Amino acid sequence: MAEKYELQEIEVWDGNMAASHALRQAQIDVVSAYPITPSTPIVQNYASFLADGYIDGEFIMVESEHAAMSGCVGAAAAGGRVATATSSQGFALMVEVLYQASGMRLPIVLNVVNRALASPLNVNGDHSDMYLGRDAGWINLCTYNPQEAYDFNLMAFKIAEDYDVRIPTMVHQDGFICSHTAQSVRPLKDEVAYKFIGDYKPKNAMLDFDKPATYGAQTEEDWHFEHKAQLHNAIMNSMPVIERTFKEFEQLTGRKYSVVEEYMTDDADIILVSLGTTVESSQIAAKKARENGIKVGVVSIRVLRPFPYEALGRALSKAKAVAFLDRSLPAGAMGMLFNEGVSAIYKTDSRPVVSNYIYGLGGRDLTQNNLQEIISELNNDAKNGKITHATQQFIGLRGPKLGYN
Amino acid sequence: MSDIKNLKQYSKASERFEGANLLCPGCAHGIIVREVLNATNYPLLVAASTGCLEVSTAVYPYTSWDVPWIHIGFENSSTAIAGAEAMYKALKRKGRLYNDKEPKFVAFGGDGSTYDIGFQFISGCFERGHDFTYVCLDNEVYANTGGQRSGSTPIGASTTTTPAGRISYGKKDKKKDLLFIMAAHGSPYVAQVAPNKWKDMSKKIKTAIETEGPTFINAMSACTTEWRFPANQTIEMSDLAVDSLVFPLYEIINGRELRITYRPKNVIPVRDYLGAQARFKHLFKKENEHIIEQWQKNVDEYWEYLQRREEAKV
Repeated sequence: MAEKYELQEIEVWDGNMAASHALRQAQIDVVSAYPITPSTPIVQNYASFLADGYIDGEFIMVESEHAAMSGCVGAAAAGGRVATATSSQGFALMVEVLYQASGMRLPIVLNVVNRALASPLNVNGDHSDMYLGRDAGWINLCTYNPQEAYDFNLMAFKIAEDYDVRIPTMVHQDGFICSHTAQSVRPLKDEVAYKFIGDYKPKNAMLDFDKPATYGAQTEEDWHFEHKAQLHNAIMNSMPVIERTFKEFEQLTGRKYSVVEEYMTDDADIILVSLGTTVESSQIAAKKARENGIKVGVVSIRVLRPFPYEALGRALSKAKAVAFLDRSLPAGAMGMLFNEGVSAIYKTDSRPVVSNYIYGLGGRDLTQNNLQEIISELNNDAKNGKITHATQQFIGLRGPKLGYN
Repeated sequence: MSDIKNLKQYSKASERFEGANLLCPGCAHGIIVREVLNATNYPLLVAASTGCLEVSTAVYPYTSWDVPWIHIGFENSSTAIAGAEAMYKALKRKGRLYNDKEPKFVAFGGDGSTYDIGFQFISGCFERGHDFTYVCLDNEVYANTGGQRSGSTPIGASTTTTPAGRISYGKKDKKKDLLFIMAAHGSPYVAQVAPNKWKDMSKKIKTAIETEGPTFINAMSACTTEWRFPANQTIEMSDLAVDSLVFPLYEIINGRELRITYRPKNVIPVRDYLGAQARFKHLFKKENEHIIEQWQKNVDEYWEYLQRREEAKV
């Protein structure tokens, strides 16, 4: 039995430490991990909890991220609670196994501390890795500060392991900006946190060897389509469970989350759509712009998969001009949020003017001046009822201005 | 099972691997797998890498496996079973096991999975000391994808990516000496087995499975499709391999102590082994005869080395 960890009512944790404590409180049975900046402290902290006897699960320090997720899949199929963490190149190396984890419906929790992808090599934060693993059949939850890195990890286990869901779940946080910035965090008591998540109830545990199960079978064209469609259906249908979990968490803590979060959108002409740490910066910019009489609102995406088409469409339907702020660049296309956001708007009656701003790649700061610049362009769009600049623009980029239509 | 004394008893042993599968007629995989699952009375958890074995035994909605079984990818059956083994330890400590019995853990891979793409994973598992047995079904070729060379393909073999041609005698490089590499990890037990010597094979597999820590079995698995011999000669092909010393049967304990477990009474020439398979047909052309000579020299030297290692007891 693990030793009791004494927590203060308010702890000063960075995003990584917050995630580590959530993993500890979830009493994970197996962590299989490989270090990579900026997510390394999550498993380091976990190892020190283990060294001090605060955890009684198994910790395998494997030889690569591909092996880390392979170990997670084997352990989860064996029939217990499993989690790990990674970033960037490591995440890229994991991608093959991410598809296999979801295909086998194993509720693994993966902390992704988002970071740029090489080349050029860069350790700082952007959402390139999030974009890379977006379609792997996992639920994707997005946070923007250490408190949320903690809260969402607890909720991630509850959502992933819900018997009707059973889908692996990623919790994203911004590399360094969230992962290495200490803030006040209000943790739950260990027993309260564990009770919220609940005991792990597997389906077809391999270790239940009196009932042998075959995991990861092969299919051809006669069944593959059905299996993929079932996974898609399960993810689509996880939305009510996610919403219910947010609600239960609110009742427990008073901290309110929703799949799409709206800030001053009721009367907004202009809306900035973003995720991660940029949400708080956008909120500050909106408040400032309102002092100058520009009605700006902010919409943040909390759940990237299943994509909240309905809630996002509703949130944006009254705006005149909308900007999707993307911290990743799918080379040769519009940004991830832009593409997905536009498809959410398509079903609504009133369609705002939409544009795409690429910013902050490789950890470059998005300043308040940058945001005011965006707001000012959108203000022109809103007034004219049409786009007055290139659809896709780059903010904070040196050299000649880049824009694509 | 563990008290099997003869083939007749063996043929009546309980089935944990069903005869209903899609392996090629004459494939040695089925013989070896069946022997692995019958070698011990322990409950087994099994992982398989992508390859012939996997695609022919777990095609949804069917399965040939009457044991818990998992396949993830080409390279990671070792790590998958290591994860399951870690989960067993965790649940045991926490008092949450599903059964009272102690299971054993086995991973299967072909030579592509083992010598090449999965080598890093296996090496990592052995370094970390997971309690499992890795069984390589060594048919010396990427058979599942249609006969490409692997790190296990011997010199002179004609494969689809090292074809023999007007100016080529096939694969230029020697087979990787995997058993010694695995032994060098400090594994408590590694061994080579061949299905024609079924008692030797069964004993070694039982030892491997029941020895604590990471153990390794390299099983010669004659491939009728890619080695190109008649499907009813699988066991004869294994006889040729072990009696020519192309595939010597030995074991290494604790990474050092080597024991030869089978010494042919009459050692046959390597050319008899090569001549029985169409993948080596071109070596019998005059201009390639030197490769056969080279083969014989390599085999002789290696046998000499094994014997010296055995005698030295170091």
